[in-house]
Amino acid sequence: MTELYINEKSSNKTIKYSKGKMYWGRFKHFLKELTHCRTAFLGAIIVLSFILVAIFASSISPHDPIKASIVNRLKPPFWIEGGNADYPLGTDEIGRDILSRIIYGGRISILVGLVTVGISGFIGTLLGSFAGYYRGRFDEILSRFSDLLLSFPYLIFAIFLMSIVGPGFFNLIVILCFKSWVNFFRLSRGEMISEKTKEYVEAAQALGESDIKIMFKEILPNIIHSILVLATLRVGYFIILEASLSFLGLGIQPPTPAWGSMINSGRAYMLSSWWVSTIPGIALLILVLSINLLGEGLRDILDPRLKLE
Amino acid sequence: MKGIKILERILIVIPTMLAIAMLVFVLMRVMPGDPVDKMMGESGNVSIEEIQSLKKEFNLDLPLFEQLKIFVTGIFHGDLGTSFQERRPVWNIIMEKLPATIELALGAFIFSLIIAVPIGVISAVKQNSLIDRLGMAFSFLGISAPAFWLGIILIIIFAVNLNVLPVYGRSMFASTPVHITGLYVLDSILSRNWLALKDSFLHLILPSISLGAAQASVITRILRSSMLEVLRADYVTLARTKGLSEYIVITKHALRNALIPTVTVIGLQIGTLLGGNMIIETIFGWPGLGRLVVTSIFNRDFPVIQGSVMFYALIYVTANLIVDILYTYLNPRTTL
Repeated sequence: MTELYINEKSSNKTIKYSKGKMYWGRFKHFLKELTHCRTAFLGAIIVLSFILVAIFASSISPHDPIKASIVNRLKPPFWIEGGNADYPLGTDEIGRDILSRIIYGGRISILVGLVTVGISGFIGTLLGSFAGYYRGRFDEILSRFSDLLLSFPYLIFAIFLMSIVGPGFFNLIVILCFKSWVNFFRLSRGEMISEKTKEYVEAAQALGESDIKIMFKEILPNIIHSILVLATLRVGYFIILEASLSFLGLGIQPPTPAWGSMINSGRAYMLSSWWVSTIPGIALLILVLSINLLGEGLRDILDPRLKLE
Repeated sequence: MKGIKILERILIVIPTMLAIAMLVFVLMRVMPGDPVDKMMGESGNVSIEEIQSLKKEFNLDLPLFEQLKIFVTGIFHGDLGTSFQERRPVWNIIMEKLPATIELALGAFIFSLIIAVPIGVISAVKQNSLIDRLGMAFSFLGISAPAFWLGIILIIIFAVNLNVLPVYGRSMFASTPVHITGLYVLDSILSRNWLALKDSFLHLILPSISLGAAQASVITRILRSSMLEVLRADYVTLARTKGLSEYIVITKHALRNALIPTVTVIGLQIGTLLGGNMIIETIFGWPGLGRLVVTSIFNRDFPVIQGSVMFYALIYVTANLIVDILYTYLNPRTTL
């Protein structure tokens, strides 16, 4: 980084070109490694297809996910007697198409996962960078507060707060973010502290760069990969958390389709119609599994220090 | 020196719990919505006098600081307030439900060890074998599968289709053992009630598996990777060259050291176990702390929710404390 920085001073234009080229080269290298790691690649493809399905939900889903049709209630999936291709994965207790509800439910899951990780990652990294760079009182207070938040198991904390503020998408995001920034805070703070002692930072300081510039232009690019890995793995975690809360009736409220509440509403029909609960759970499992595969693959490629054998 | 460090670590629990109590208190008050309004809002037809008397009964008419004082001094006396719904001390309600939760957590914990330790060790010893690959695949699945969904699948398979295991509650009405510790399996052994033992054990199986599966997966992975590391260490090679049998080398020399990082992970997993139990207890109708919280949420019984959350935090903090202390004994090099 030091070398690059000095070059940049001497002639801005050429460096911009080579910097872009460098990033493109890195990205190509990264893609190559990703395709080499078969499981991570598979995970990436599945996650991508889930995202595409969620984006184009309205044109893909065969039925209206909210429209009930009592005549068609509890129809089994097509491969079981009594089912038909009209409702490929069957219908639920008030005759809504399960496939369509899964497609729309995926929207909620992915949105909650991405938005939560986006907001809490941004806030956590920002605060963690400042705390790790400046230390002092600010760092002390935030670190104590984060210790305190970490002394609650997450789900209990979320259940507790959701029970006070009441269910809903916006509340859910706020409550999840309220605690999840801590993980990003701790990671970026620790990385910031260890990076700050390195030579390239000293060089930048000697050249009189502003603290903000050192933090976000010099150090952040060197630690962003661990933050990205954490972020990817957290997306899967939040998707499960959202499903758990919706399962308890504290997350997304019906009739909006969410996988957790679909699994819950099917519980009453477990004896006769197993598909109502089981199939949304399989969708959830596949998505979270793929995200975890991708996350672990990313970790192996970007951050080999953390690699499990 | 070690004794002092441990004492210090124990003493930190007090300010931590106090801070948690304050946080819980402040959050309950800062969040939008008045508890009495919420409790009454759904029933409708309440006069202002009734609301006033309710507020008085639960000290909600006092200034915030006074309320905090009552709340904190109460905690030191084991007084967590009075339940809105049942009109009796929250502490008593929690104490009634606690044994069920402990029994389920122990069940899940034992299940996860029974699964994780052999698979973790074998996967490491026979790296890249079929067992290793299958074990890793299943542990990955176990991490990604939500516990509540797993519970439902187990119910559908074992209770609905095969009809071999019970799925609701802790025991059948007729075979509840005499109350000694509150742990049904233990109680029925102590009172030599073998019918109750069989019954309560069968009731424990499915909830324990659903709750313990994720933990088993995590422990398997950590144990495998630390075993792999340890097996390459010099002292293991030395033990082999001394001519010790492979079994002794693995169990006595390698496993003991590989358990050190595993213990830390188990400590971190206690939170998952506690959080998961709310959902698993709800699915299996298990009359424990988790189900108490969930039903209290629907009854808007705020003192119970507040008290249980405090209690959960206490268990979590204490469990982590125990793990920390255990860790120093397992690994003499560490200081707290």
